[in-house]
Amino acid sequence: MTTHWGQRAVALLIATFLLLFLVVPVVQVIFVAFQTPGTGTFTLVNFQDFFNTSLFREAFWNSLYVAAMSVLVATAFAMPLAYFTTRFEFRGAIVVQTLGIIPLIMPPFVGAVAMQLLFGSNGSINLLLDEWFGINIPFMEGLNGVIFVESIHYFPFILINLSASLNNIDRAMEESAQTLGASGLRLFRRIVFPLAMPGYIAGASLVFIKVFDDLGTPLLLNVNNLLAPQAYLRISSIGITDPMGYVISVILVGFSLLAMWVAALALRGKDYSTEQRGGGGLAKRQMRPWEKVLSYGVIAFILLLVLSPHIGLTLLSFGTIWSFSVLPDGYTIDHYQEVFAQSPQFITNTLLYASLAALIDVTIGTAIAYLVLRTKIAGREWLDYAAMAALAVPGVVLGIGYLRTFFGVPLPWSGQPLASWWVMLVIALSVRRLPYALRACTAALQQLSVALEEAAENLGAGKLATVRRIVVPLMVGGIIAGFVTSFATAAVELSATIMLVSRESDAPLAYGLYVFMQTAAGRGPGAALGMIAVLIVGVATYLSHRIIERGQRARGLADEY
Amino acid sequence: MTGQLAGVSIDNVNLYFGNNHVLKDVTLEIEPGEFFTFLGPSGCGKTTLLRLIAGFGKAQSGRIRIGTEDVTDLPPWKRNVGMVFQSYALWPHLTVRRNVAFGLEERRLPRPEIRQRVDAALELVGLLELGERRPSQLSGGQQQRVALARTIVVEPQVLLLDEPLSNLDAKLRVQMRQELLELQRKLALTTIFVTHDQEEANTTADRIAVMEAGVIQQVGTPAELYDNPTNRFVASFLGTANFIDGTLSEKKGQTVFRSGSGIEIPLKPGQLHAVKGDGAGEHSVMFRPQSVVIQSAGAARQQQGKVTIKGAVRHREFLGSTIRYAVSVGDTVILVEDSHRRGEAPHNIGADVELNLASEQVILLSG
Ligand SMILES: Nc1ncnc2c1ncn2[C@@H]1O[C@H](COP(=O)(O)OP(=O)(O)O)[C@@H](O)[C@H]1O
Ligand SMILES: [Mg+2]
Repeated sequence: MTTHWGQRAVALLIATFLLLFLVVPVVQVIFVAFQTPGTGTFTLVNFQDFFNTSLFREAFWNSLYVAAMSVLVATAFAMPLAYFTTRFEFRGAIVVQTLGIIPLIMPPFVGAVAMQLLFGSNGSINLLLDEWFGINIPFMEGLNGVIFVESIHYFPFILINLSASLNNIDRAMEESAQTLGASGLRLFRRIVFPLAMPGYIAGASLVFIKVFDDLGTPLLLNVNNLLAPQAYLRISSIGITDPMGYVISVILVGFSLLAMWVAALALRGKDYSTEQRGGGGLAKRQMRPWEKVLSYGVIAFILLLVLSPHIGLTLLSFGTIWSFSVLPDGYTIDHYQEVFAQSPQFITNTLLYASLAALIDVTIGTAIAYLVLRTKIAGREWLDYAAMAALAVPGVVLGIGYLRTFFGVPLPWSGQPLASWWVMLVIALSVRRLPYALRACTAALQQLSVALEEAAENLGAGKLATVRRIVVPLMVGGIIAGFVTSFATAAVELSATIMLVSRESDAPLAYGLYVFMQTAAGRGPGAALGMIAVLIVGVATYLSHRIIERGQRARGLADEY
Repeated sequence: MTGQLAGVSIDNVNLYFGNNHVLKDVTLEIEPGEFFTFLGPSGCGKTTLLRLIAGFGKAQSGRIRIGTEDVTDLPPWKRNVGMVFQSYALWPHLTVRRNVAFGLEERRLPRPEIRQRVDAALELVGLLELGERRPSQLSGGQQQRVALARTIVVEPQVLLLDEPLSNLDAKLRVQMRQELLELQRKLALTTIFVTHDQEEANTTADRIAVMEAGVIQQVGTPAELYDNPTNRFVASFLGTANFIDGTLSEKKGQTVFRSGSGIEIPLKPGQLHAVKGDGAGEHSVMFRPQSVVIQSAGAARQQQGKVTIKGAVRHREFLGSTIRYAVSVGDTVILVEDSHRRGEAPHNIGADVELNLASEQVILLSG
């Protein structure tokens, strides 16, 4: 067993990292929420204070309302699209698939301001509506704006999950109901929808929690009476001793866990798709002409909505002045020049931070995957659980936890608080994105048959040589996919970032965008910065899709032999 | 909606999937109360035909009637047809009971009646006590029974079974086959059973339709098909067969079949109904390996009405109750199945043998 000391050392190192940068900060936050300020004894008084303050009660209900409404609106977008593609012989399937990706490459807060210019009370659409019909629809008023922006951004989660479960229903499930006399909506309600329910709930709970935790979108829309913005504002204005930020954090974590639990419950033992053999997918039929018109109409409408943040942002970034008019007055590339001339550090910082965070993620991810799948080290699955637990920790909470834990620790060489050192930002980003990278690495290693390694060892390769010559080359696709996913999502993280950035010179793009968008004059450059973010994320997403696809093709080929 | 006995008639059905002509001029008459089987190799169109009867898919031409009603244009839910799917298709989100009750609920029957009929159906398949389980908590055989109960509880006019036994292990398959047959007899339900397994077909069916490449090759009872196949496909699908190609000629007022290798088989007029026109051109005859008697060369006398063929043993398989020989006769090979009794010495490989074949065991094929 002496050969295992290296593996143990790695496990210990990872455990220390997770303990220090995930567990301790979060536990700190929870402790503080339950402590009497000053004395440190256990108390519920902070929660009492929270619910006795009308502002917080309102924020709490608003957050629930916004999250629930976003789920509803997102469902309204996703349901027809999922239905069309599973029900009909359908040429638009590619379009619908694309619809499922476009929103995800632009973080909701990036497009938020552009959406205001398109859909706000003085925005393009309302100007046109006013001119044509004399009406004004408050798409973007207060909470509506958050719901609108979030649901456009997050509906793909529901679309993807719902379509997948609809597609996995064995056609015979539906047909046997038909031979027993069921048809139309009754059939859908009694058989098809219940069978697709687990997928729907998985998607819906994800949307709920993403919206519930989101900080960037409400901040950029200047809607502050929600939980996450309240936590941020309390900490940034009153300071890290104010207990309300911690109470809110506990509530956010609690709801995250609740949503994850609901999703797990929905999916547990209900993986209906794998239970049956036989023909895949529901019976599809040709659309009648009026159905074609209707469905393509609906798809075009949703496509337009989904693209509107992108369109708005593009216009904004190239527009000269855009105010009280349908389109900008003129077009220019000044905003881009301004960004590159005055604050290129936003871009370079982003590339640096996101790359470092992604590197940390795939390193830890590969190590954990290897420890869990290929060794017998005691407690190895706890590393996996701990890393995945980051999913339940909203960015605001992690940010508050870091401030609380590391603010009092000075850097030895400069005396600057550890919490405001840019490296902590990188670590925060890596902890937040670790679950994605870990899943990618685990999947890559899982697909790698142990037999391949054994064959190599059998042919005389040593353990290290096997890892170097067989395991890593075969895993590399998964590792790169994990890297890119981590990179792309870390590049546009705002919630932990906004709490931890102390100087503009250290700030990444997302923060810069937030700062720019605070002033009317900053919108143009802000939008240009947003476009650059979209470009970075878009390219990264495209690359990861290509890599994953290539990996699947290679594996498909391998299966044939 | 009670299930009176109804037959099924399929009239000149043609179905294409794109350019793939999957059902070709299919015409069949299935009698009320009959256990009817579609038998054929995988991909020949059995499922497609069965699904047409249930109302899934659309034939480009032809009509389908159930009882006296033309159902060609009716959707599945307006036909009173029960179908058991190959995958059983039990709904995993409903209990066994709710699965079985589904069809009755769709028919808006009063609750007490539903309860009573579900009980009866579950009792019939021996699963009354498992009603509250989920399908995933049942074994394959139990799932099969639930699927059956769910289908028969609505008293369909016709019961359709698509390879219902193929997902069961060999032992259970034999048992379920018998249960299925008993159930069918008890309910006197017109049943169409799809299988690619000739043993399954032979042991259950009143009549079999043998299908190949979308064409009904022959319809008949298992024995009829075995003894009087009309073509090569049916003959070989329902057992081992020897085929010999040759021509017909007249000899001393009798029709004689003569192969290229010189085998002559006299045929009686009753064996000639496959001959069209004057009988010129290529023909083939078929006989089963167990119709041939094998003897050492020289041991046999020419017998009246028997054909003697000289050959040499090329292969031998000892199967216990029988011995299977492959005998070379010129450039053809004839398979022979000889029953084996204790102590008998088998013919050796290479040995010269004589094969005796009664000419009435020979069938002149039409194709
Ligand atoms: N939905 C379909 N679309 C296109 N071709 C099909 C479809 N279903 C079956 N086929 C084709 O029709 C033929 C008959 O199939 P099937 O009826 O399933 O055969 P069997 O049940 O006898 O194995 C096959 O060649 C099959 O590939
Ligand atoms: Mg079939």
